[in-house]
Amino acid sequence: MFRISAEKLNDLFDRIASKQTLYIPVDREDKAAEYKKYESGMTLSSALNTVRSAKDFFFPQTENLAEFRLSGKTIEVKDIRSEHEDFVIFGVRACDARSFGILDSVFLSEPVDTFYKNRRDHGTIVTMACTRPEETCFCTTFGINPTMPGGDVSVFPDGTGYSFLANTEKGKEFMAEISDMLEEGNPAQLAKVQENTRNILKRLPLANLKTDSFGGERLMKHFSSEKWAELSESCIGCGTCTFVCPTCQCYDIRDFDTGNGIKRFRCWDSCMYSDFTKMAHGNSRNSQLERFRQRFMHKLVYHPSNHEGEFGCVGCGRCLSKCPISMNIVKVMKALEDK
Amino acid sequence: MQEAMIKRAKELLADGTVNRVMGWKKGEFVYDTTPAVFETAEELEKEFVCNDFTQANLSKYLIKESRKEGKILAFLKPCDTYSFNQLLKEHRIIRENVYVIGIPGGPKLDMEKIKAKGISGILDVKNENFTLKIETLYGTETMPFYEAVSGKCADCKSKKHVVYDELIGEDGDVLASRRFDMVEKLENMTSQERYDFWRGELSKCIRCNACRNVCPACTCENCVFDNPKSGIDQKAAADSFEENMFHIIRAFHVAGRCTDCGECSRVCPQNIPLHLLNRKFIKDINSLYGEYQAGADTTSKCPLTDYDTDDCEPSIVHERGVE
Ligand code: SF4
Ligand code: SF4
Ligand code: SF4
Ligand code: SF4
Ligand code: SF4
Repeated sequence: MFRISAEKLNDLFDRIASKQTLYIPVDREDKAAEYKKYESGMTLSSALNTVRSAKDFFFPQTENLAEFRLSGKTIEVKDIRSEHEDFVIFGVRACDARSFGILDSVFLSEPVDTFYKNRRDHGTIVTMACTRPEETCFCTTFGINPTMPGGDVSVFPDGTGYSFLANTEKGKEFMAEISDMLEEGNPAQLAKVQENTRNILKRLPLANLKTDSFGGERLMKHFSSEKWAELSESCIGCGTCTFVCPTCQCYDIRDFDTGNGIKRFRCWDSCMYSDFTKMAHGNSRNSQLERFRQRFMHKLVYHPSNHEGEFGCVGCGRCLSKCPISMNIVKVMKALEDK
Repeated sequence: MQEAMIKRAKELLADGTVNRVMGWKKGEFVYDTTPAVFETAEELEKEFVCNDFTQANLSKYLIKESRKEGKILAFLKPCDTYSFNQLLKEHRIIRENVYVIGIPGGPKLDMEKIKAKGISGILDVKNENFTLKIETLYGTETMPFYEAVSGKCADCKSKKHVVYDELIGEDGDVLASRRFDMVEKLENMTSQERYDFWRGELSKCIRCNACRNVCPACTCENCVFDNPKSGIDQKAAADSFEENMFHIIRAFHVAGRCTDCGECSRVCPQNIPLHLLNRKFIKDINSLYGEYQAGADTTSKCPLTDYDTDDCEPSIVHERGVE
C-alpha cells in the first residue's frame, strides 16, 4: 500500500493528466459536484457523490452511431466509430463502481455493444473509499463495502492523505506510472479510518433495509401487489430517477434528419416515459402505474432474475434526493417487503 | 398547523363533504414528503404531514383528482391557489369537485441549501426561534433559518389566497417582492454575457423533463416534445443548442399562464434557475401591456391572447434589442 499526502494530490493529478485525459469530481458554484476534465489547479470535490453518476463515461446520454448520406439512388452508410482514447476517472465511489459491473452484464453480453466496450476498454477507474456516508446511502443493502471501493485502483483517504491499492492489471500499470510520487503507506492509520466508517455505516438510517423479499422468484407476488396504485399515485413520470441512476441502462435509437443526410444517434430512455418501448401496435404500458412498476420490478425482480441474483440498484441514494415528489426505491421496498 | 389540518380533514370526511383529502405524506426522513391522497381518518393520523418541507404544489394533481368520483379536499398554500385559479380559467380543473382549504404558505426550507453548507448525514431539522438545529450522523449543526429558505419562498409574490372555500390561519397580502431583481441584472448584461450565462446554466440540463412535468401550466395531453409528428420530439439533443431551444420554447408555451409558482426550479436536479426565463416574460408583459398576474382571477383576459389597439407593435422587439 502506497500513500500520498493531501498537499501533493494536485501534483499527482498533473502527472496523470500529462499522460491521459483525467476526470475528477469538482464542486460547481451551487455546491453540487460533477465530473470535469482535469485542468491544472482544479480542486477535488469534498462532496460524497456527483449529481450525475459516473455511468456517463461509458454510456453517455447521447452518442452518434452512424451517418447516412443519399446521393442519387445510392445510400452511403458511414461507420463513424473511432478508437476511444485512454482516460482515467478519479474518485468513483463504491456504489458507482459496482454499477459498472451491472452495466457490463448487459452491454458486454452477446451481442457485445462495441460503443460501450470501446470506452470501457480505454477507461481506468480509480475509486475512492467513503468516510462520510449520507443518510440516503444504502449500498450495504446490496453487499457493497464503501470502505473497499474496488475499481482498477482503490484510494483510501485518511484525513491528511490518500493511500492507493491496485486491484487489476490496468491498475498496476497506472500505479507504475506514479510510483515515484508515492511513499510507504500507514496501514494502522487506515485501519482506524475504516473502523470509524464501518461504525457510521451501522448507524445509517437505512442500514436495516434488506433484499430478502425480492428477487426473481417473487415475480408474480410483487407484480400483482395492490400497493403499486398508492406508490405511483403522485409520480409525475419525469424520469429524473432513471437519468440520475447509475444502473439505468435503457436507450432509444433515433434518426435525425440533418437536411442533407441522416444522423443515427442513441440517447437515454426511461421506462417512466409514455413512449418507452412503443411499437407499431402502440405501447405495452399505458398508465403511469405500469410504468412506475416497471422501474422497480426491473431493479428488484427482473434484473436479479436475469443476472444471477444481482439486483439492479446499488443504493447510491440519488433517486432519494432528486425525485421531485420524493418517491423512491426505498419507499417501494419498504412497502412491498414481507412483513 | 398540521394538527388543525388533520382535525378539519377528518371532520369533512366524516360529514361527507369530501371523500378524499389531498395533502402530503411523511417519508423516511424529515424532508422527503410526497403529495398523497388520503381516504380515511386513520391514514390521516398516521401519515399526513405539513411541515417546513412540504413544498410541492398540489394544484396540478387536481386536474385528474377532480375528474374522479366525489369531492376532494385540497390544502393549498397561497402560491398554489394561483395555479389552481389558472387551471380553472383553462377549464382543466372541475371546481365543484374540489373543496379548497387555504393554508399559510412558507417560508419552506430547501434541503439542498442546507446540504450546500456542507452539512451532511441529516437525520432531523428543527426550527428553534429561526435557528435551525440539525441533527446529523456527525453531530449537531446549526444555521440561520433564512439561509435555508427555498428559492421560491425567498421571492414570494403573495401571501394572499386567491381562491378558497375556507381558510386555516389568516389570509395575507400581495407582497412587494424583489422577484424581478435578478431578471433586471440579466437585462443589464451585454448580450454576450447573457448568452454565456444561459449557455452555462442550460448546458447542465439532463433533459429529465421534471420541470415540464411538474409545471401546472404544462398540462397538454401530448406535449410537442413527446409528439413524433411535431418534428421536435427528441429525448436528447441532436446538437448542443437543442437543450436551450427546449427551454426557450417551453417558456413561450407557458408565457402569460405561468403564475411563477417556482416549481420548475425547485425540482430541477441540476439547480438550473428556470424561473428566471418565465419571470422575464412576466416582467415584459407587465411593462408592455400593464400589470398582469396569471391566476390572480378566473375572468380577466391574458394580454397575450387578447387584442387591444394600444398593444405594442412587433417592432418593439427591434427597439428593445438595440444595445
Ligand atoms: S419516481 Fe419521481 S423521479 Fe421518478 S419519474 Fe416519478 S416523479 Fe419522476
Ligand atoms: S435506483 Fe436509486 S438508489 Fe438505486 S442505483 Fe438507481 S438511483 Fe441509486
Ligand atoms: S427499465 Fe427503467 S428502471 Fe430498468 S434500466 Fe430501463 S429505465 Fe432503468
Ligand atoms: S452509497 Fe455507499 S458507496 Fe455510495 S456514496 Fe454512499 S456510502 Fe459511498
Ligand atoms: S428539470 Fe432541470 S435537468 Fe430536468 S429537463 Fe428541466 S431544466 Fe433540464
